[in-house]
Amino acid sequence: MVTVEFASSLRRHVECAPQRVQAGNLRLVLEAALLAAPELAPYVFDDQRCVRKHVAVFVNQDLVRDRIRLDQTLRTDDHVLVIQALTGG
Amino acid sequence: MQTLLVASRKGLFVWRGAGDQWKMRAHHFAGEPVTQVLCDPRNGDWYAALRLGHFGAKLHKSSDQGNRWTEVASPAFPPKPTIGPMADDPTPWNVELIWSLTASGADQPGTLWAGCMPAGLFKSEDGGRSWALNTSLWEDPRRLQWMGGGNDYPGMHSLLLDPRDANHLRVAISCGGVWQSRNSGQTWELTADGMKADYLPAGSLQDPNAQDPHRMVQCQSHPDVLWVQHHCGIYRSTDGGRLWQDIPAPVPSGFGFAVACDPQDPLRAWFAPAQSDMHRYPVGGKMVVTRTDDGGRSFKLLDRGLPAHDAYHLVYRHSMELAPDRQTLALSSTTGGLWISPDAGEQWHCLSRDLPPVAALGWVRDWR
Repeated sequence: MVTVEFASSLRRHVECAPQRVQAGNLRLVLEAALLAAPELAPYVFDDQRCVRKHVAVFVNQDLVRDRIRLDQTLRTDDHVLVIQALTGG
Repeated sequence: MQTLLVASRKGLFVWRGAGDQWKMRAHHFAGEPVTQVLCDPRNGDWYAALRLGHFGAKLHKSSDQGNRWTEVASPAFPPKPTIGPMADDPTPWNVELIWSLTASGADQPGTLWAGCMPAGLFKSEDGGRSWALNTSLWEDPRRLQWMGGGNDYPGMHSLLLDPRDANHLRVAISCGGVWQSRNSGQTWELTADGMKADYLPAGSLQDPNAQDPHRMVQCQSHPDVLWVQHHCGIYRSTDGGRLWQDIPAPVPSGFGFAVACDPQDPLRAWFAPAQSDMHRYPVGGKMVVTRTDDGGRSFKLLDRGLPAHDAYHLVYRHSMELAPDRQTLALSSTTGGLWISPDAGEQWHCLSRDLPPVAALGWVRDWR
């Protein structure tokens, strides 16, 4: 199982506890985790279901640069962290 | 007592008062940019559009005067086609900003319209629980010629429903002119004849599809009378917006963003002039409002109580609003100023000079 965690900056808008979902590619993992809180999806994805440009997704310690395809394969015990990118002022 | 909603860069403020006695009563969405507000005249519901820097445009609704807010759906574009004429559309199919919100007529309960940036028009028939893009206007090939006006993308900031027929829509776009639909958005007509964009190449100055109306308002009791504060001056129409007459620039300037008009008197409107597009602050640092009482033939300069010097406020397009009493006028600025006039602009009272930049104002209407 893959663990998906949403940072407090997202959870202050829509609560979502860490989710344990089946391994697969990153899009499937994120979509599966967001089934627990569908209202959180528009905070993570834009209208075209791409990761918002000011949201950052980490797989373990690595920042995922791809925001569109999200076809990176995740393995069991991987940890996905979704945070707000440190942009703006 | 009257209630004014102030949508700012750092939240939604609620002011209540009368005359020169006003107090801030509440601060909602503290710290979040609020881009538009609506008090639904049909049932008193409040709507607040947010533009979260990281998480996009959101819409919240309150049915109890702001005591409790619930997030509802935000307008969103459908998946962008990968084939066909829209496949190469350079405009992102992502709502970045909800710029205009309008409640439909009493005969269409639950129906709302939202104009956005990029300039998509969206309709909700269930009080904001869901939204659908108006594809007729969005897929019009002329839409691809629209430009951003000081923004990356074109935006729909003005959205008017004719009081005689809620299926008759008029929208204004920066920069995409004025469009009308008489059948609730099924078909559209471009109606910006008479407007002139003096910065465009010769031969294109009067292209109706390239005009930059900054704000458009409509006289409720004489709906064929509309006013526009345009990038290049002031326009008025007396035929429902088909043809626009250029109003000679008043002193001190014809440049600005905001316009408000009297809902009963078709000859009366207010403007908040700035020096020019290159100098977006009051002429000479002296803040004024201008008002015409004769359809634009003459203007009265209103400055009593407004900053007289060293003032660099800019009034955004939704930041001058007339209350339902037709006398109380509210004015706010990008520099955090908020003023109220109880007498149609003759005398102004400063409520604050310390607010965040203000994007929009909305009067709470008595709906009972």
